[in-house]
Amino acid sequence: MKRGQRPEGYWQIVSRQFRNNRVATAGLIVVLLLFILAASADFIANDKPLVMSYRSELYFPVLKDYAAWVGVSRWEAPFQNVSFKDFAAMNFKEGDWAQFPPVRYSPNEVSLTSVLRPPSAQHFLGTDDIGRDIASRVVHGSRVSLSVGFVAVSIYVLIGLVIGAFAGYYGGIVDIVASRTIEIMLTIPTFFLIITVVAFLPPSILNIMIVIGITNWPTVARLTRGEFLKTKSLEYVVAAQALGASDFRTIFRHILPNSMAPVFVAATFGVASAILIESSLSFLGFGVPPSKPSWGSILSNARQLLPSGWWLTVFPGLAIFLTVTSYNLVGEGLRDAADPRLKA
Amino acid sequence: MRSYFVKRLLLMIPTLLGISLVSFLIIHLTPGDPALLKLGDTEQRSGNQLLAAQIIDETRALYGLDQPLHVQYLRWLRRLVTFDFGESLRDHRPIIDKLRERIPVSVRLSGISLLFAYLISIPIGIRSATHPHSIGDRITTVLLFGLYSLPNFWIATMAIVYLGGGDFWRVFPVYGLASPNAAAWPWWQRLEDQLWHLVLPITCLTYYTLAVLSRYMRVGMIEIIRQDFIRTARAKGLGERIVVYRHALRNSLIPIVTLMADLLPALIGGSIVVETLFSIPGMGSLSYEAVYTRDYPLLMAIFTLSAFLTLLGIFLADLLYTLVDPRIRYEKRAAA
Repeated sequence: MKRGQRPEGYWQIVSRQFRNNRVATAGLIVVLLLFILAASADFIANDKPLVMSYRSELYFPVLKDYAAWVGVSRWEAPFQNVSFKDFAAMNFKEGDWAQFPPVRYSPNEVSLTSVLRPPSAQHFLGTDDIGRDIASRVVHGSRVSLSVGFVAVSIYVLIGLVIGAFAGYYGGIVDIVASRTIEIMLTIPTFFLIITVVAFLPPSILNIMIVIGITNWPTVARLTRGEFLKTKSLEYVVAAQALGASDFRTIFRHILPNSMAPVFVAATFGVASAILIESSLSFLGFGVPPSKPSWGSILSNARQLLPSGWWLTVFPGLAIFLTVTSYNLVGEGLRDAADPRLKA
Repeated sequence: MRSYFVKRLLLMIPTLLGISLVSFLIIHLTPGDPALLKLGDTEQRSGNQLLAAQIIDETRALYGLDQPLHVQYLRWLRRLVTFDFGESLRDHRPIIDKLRERIPVSVRLSGISLLFAYLISIPIGIRSATHPHSIGDRITTVLLFGLYSLPNFWIATMAIVYLGGGDFWRVFPVYGLASPNAAAWPWWQRLEDQLWHLVLPITCLTYYTLAVLSRYMRVGMIEIIRQDFIRTARAKGLGERIVVYRHALRNSLIPIVTLMADLLPALIGGSIVVETLFSIPGMGSLSYEAVYTRDYPLLMAIFTLSAFLTLLGIFLADLLYTLVDPRIRYEKRAAA
């Protein structure tokens, strides 16, 4: 180590070890790409052109859609409530052109003239029973899966961290109550609890996120509690307390940052399982409302058309598989990198 | 030993109380009372006001929704203890009868699946652990990792598309557990028919458990093989076979035994998708129907039952520990 250089911190070591793991890094890259795909879904699959030149003026209909949605702009009179494809076919003259996204269909665009088509040059991944483009639905479906994974896990990590931290730090009656509650919650089969609760609630993405969130916190709470029990008697914690730090400050500024590693690992695997839970629920018809494109709901649709329509089954399933595998690979890599026994 | 297990059983009582409380909360804290929800459904379906009013009264009476909360909870508790789950809202049959019909089907299905999972995963785990980083080990590791992330509803749907006689092959039957006219056949033909019906559902139920178990088996075995007593066994000249199967295997079975606790409730929860897709009349498809038709008394019964099975699984796992590993003695821990 060079003079004056700070020693490598814990998270730097973890990150270095993670980057040395090629498979895990690949998983992380796929996850990032999926997030980019979800964020830019409107620019990849849309029935509106990205750029359009009409009567020698340039228009950006996809961006315009965002602006109109936010309320800062309005559609020009000729474009209000029109299908741009029909518009281009009818009104375009010499010199007018439109550049469409790679997939020229919106996820909910119904076309009764092209029902249940296998994959072709027009519909890369085929169409469903009311002519919706599967490629577009798969692209837009990534939004549901990724956001459910992220939000649901954030909810339960937050709940779990707070409960686990208080239980581990204060001990005594707080710990007894928390531990008993954790034990009871762990006894209840999560998937069945979720299904039961969902049966009482109207279908919506938010409800699914919340239900997954409030049913899964015990694992995180247990991990955090364990870490706190280990850490709270260490010298630096005692030092912080001796310097007059409040309980709140000791817990959240001093102990928590050093107890996060196992929680992060659990959270990564948790995202994978939350995505699986959402798609299972949607597959069973208890998940997102039917109008929302989600990988599970495409598969659910495929199930009603069984046993024909293989493209309805194969592609959304592959998307789920790819996402879940990537998250699991990242989780494995993180676990190995954070394992103090392997520290190099 | 016996005193430990008695204590262990007694400790289950507060947990059971907690579970009953959670299930009670689910019924009451969800927006809209179940009686009204039921009313909404029925009005949409039939528009029959009289019937709807009757259902409200029935549901109210069943849960005692007109009573104060603590009375309601005590009633719910009494019904749980006596396994009196009431009648199904859908066909007014006692729920206990429905469960009695469905449980054996699921138990048989999951039993076979568990048996296969353990029978296949233990040898795979041993083989991978005794030849770590060999080509065989790497291939199985990757394959098992893949299986681990495959959603079973996808695999089941794919199996039906490709093997169940759609646009592709028609290899396996995909409906129920026996052919409709099988009752007239001789027994060997009936047996063959039943086995043929089981192939796809069992495969879909088994592969995930198989992947999980093999991974645990491999890790457990690798850790054991590194230990001193294995080196000692080798040093005194024992054959590799005896070292692995006599000395290492027994010790590495412990983590696998723990998983029993998770697998028992899967008797119900794990097969919801598979049973529904293959139209198998077990607990899984019963749960699906209960949710789908909003049959709340049935739902709460299944919920309580599965929580109870989890508790039982944990208890059995503790019991099996002592069989697999004689070092674990519970008197000490119980006394402490």
